[in-house]
Amino acid sequence: MTTIETPVGSAKTMILNMGPQHPSTHGVLRVLLELDGETVVKAQPVIGYLHTGIEKTAEAKTYSQVIPLTDRIDYLAPLSNNLGYCLAVEKLLGLEVPRRAQYVRVLLTELTRISSHLVWVGTHAADLGALSVFLYCFREREELQKIFEFVSGQRMMTSYFRIGGLALEPPPGWLERVERFLNIFPERIQEYEDLLTKNRIWLARTRGVGTISAEDAIALGVSGPSLRGSGVAYDVRKAFPYSSYDEFDFDVPVQSGGDCYARYLVRVEEMRQSAKIVRQAMDKVPSEGPIRTEAPGIVPPSREEMKTSIEGLIYHFKIFTEGFAPPPGEVYQTIESPRGELGVFVASDGTAKPARVKVRAPSFVNLQALPKLVEGRLLADVVACIGTIDIVLGEVDR
Amino acid sequence: MADAQELENNAAVRKLKEWDPQAVAEVISFRDELTLVIPREHLQRAAEFLRSDPELRFTFLSDITPVDHFPLEPRFELNYHLASLERRDRVRLKVRLSGIDPAVPSVTSVWPTANWHEREAFDLFGIRFEGHPDLRRILLPDDWEGYPLRKDYPTEGYR
Repeated sequence: MTTIETPVGSAKTMILNMGPQHPSTHGVLRVLLELDGETVVKAQPVIGYLHTGIEKTAEAKTYSQVIPLTDRIDYLAPLSNNLGYCLAVEKLLGLEVPRRAQYVRVLLTELTRISSHLVWVGTHAADLGALSVFLYCFREREELQKIFEFVSGQRMMTSYFRIGGLALEPPPGWLERVERFLNIFPERIQEYEDLLTKNRIWLARTRGVGTISAEDAIALGVSGPSLRGSGVAYDVRKAFPYSSYDEFDFDVPVQSGGDCYARYLVRVEEMRQSAKIVRQAMDKVPSEGPIRTEAPGIVPPSREEMKTSIEGLIYHFKIFTEGFAPPPGEVYQTIESPRGELGVFVASDGTAKPARVKVRAPSFVNLQALPKLVEGRLLADVVACIGTIDIVLGEVDR
Repeated sequence: MADAQELENNAAVRKLKEWDPQAVAEVISFRDELTLVIPREHLQRAAEFLRSDPELRFTFLSDITPVDHFPLEPRFELNYHLASLERRDRVRLKVRLSGIDPAVPSVTSVWPTANWHEREAFDLFGIRFEGHPDLRRILLPDDWEGYPLRKDYPTEGYR
């Protein structure tokens, strides 16, 4: 059993077990709290309740078969995980992805970011008592889920990005649906802001709560909106561009407050910036052109080719029965997932199965900062602080 | 792949070799990623140097990734992925460990974020980190037997 040792002689503190079954923990997070009255003296996150051994499972699969596993790591942003893993394997293989596929990837991962932030705003506000925001946010998220379903065939476990490109040709009319969403979305963000940004209760619950300095945040490895809320303008899309992000014009919102309110402002502004990127990607993405790179034996041939040419048939058969073997080596690819720096480490030993797949989950690392945020504050602030770091337990525990 | 001359001119390689030639055992470049192999006894000093040197400033430890090369020796490799946020640079430190009693000095004093990464490596690989403030299992229950991400641990688990 995990225990917190109380300092000798201080009999006035008590231990409170929060979770793993608690609505505000967004899954199965357990936090051991040592309380002095209502003040948190010490907090200790206890994790692992959702550990499914994804990294071990990946070692028993071929490279392509790992993609569906990555959906399940961060189930609120499956496309970001698909992208991180595919980019890592493409780097290992030295594959160049066609422009059209890159732009579609950017477009869809930015929609994923919006969708993930919508869930975050909604649930975080619900945790703090503003229930109506949740309904507003899920209204827009539903539209996004429908777009994901339209494009990939699945609402959540998309597995749409494949090694070397995309799984399917995007269906006709998909851009019109994205366009419709973009036309209504800015005023919808305004609606959430009207409900929260100047709301006195919201300000009282978030401003000055869970403050973390830039130095502490960097030392603890915090990344993503949580880091940018502390005034550090670090965004992987800008610092280490991938998948043609360097061709897009967008700002990295930064707030210097370091509190829950600053992180809220960062995420809201990020939704606007993501919408801006989506708009640019819509203009850039050509309506015709290859969606997968030409790499016989690695990237499956088109359906047409598989049915009509003997080479196509052989390659198709080989890829789906035995996979492909990248050269021995190790790569580490980072992307900016909605929660922060998502790193994927892939090591090949020259066989058709990865020797090691490791996911640097931003939630896992950000959660480590929780004690820093809550210690010395009131019990009620713990709920605000868990919400503000935007954890997905599937990703924390993997 | 970068040639040898280019590698020598890289800031991290150059500074680290100037500081202590013994601290870098090998320099590897693969797919434009730089890897410095560090002998185990130099790890903590080299880490502190890379973090605090005003020209390098590798203040951000992104991840610690253990790899098991069973049945080869040295069996374990630890990969420390560092980033410098200001210079927009990345480097990977690699430490090789034998399969018999794998242990390495903890870098929690250099990067506090290493705390959970090292606990995870301990939990899943059984690598010990000397000087870690709280080396316990993190993902698995405390009474779990074995280290699941080792190659000699079956994927289906022991039945």
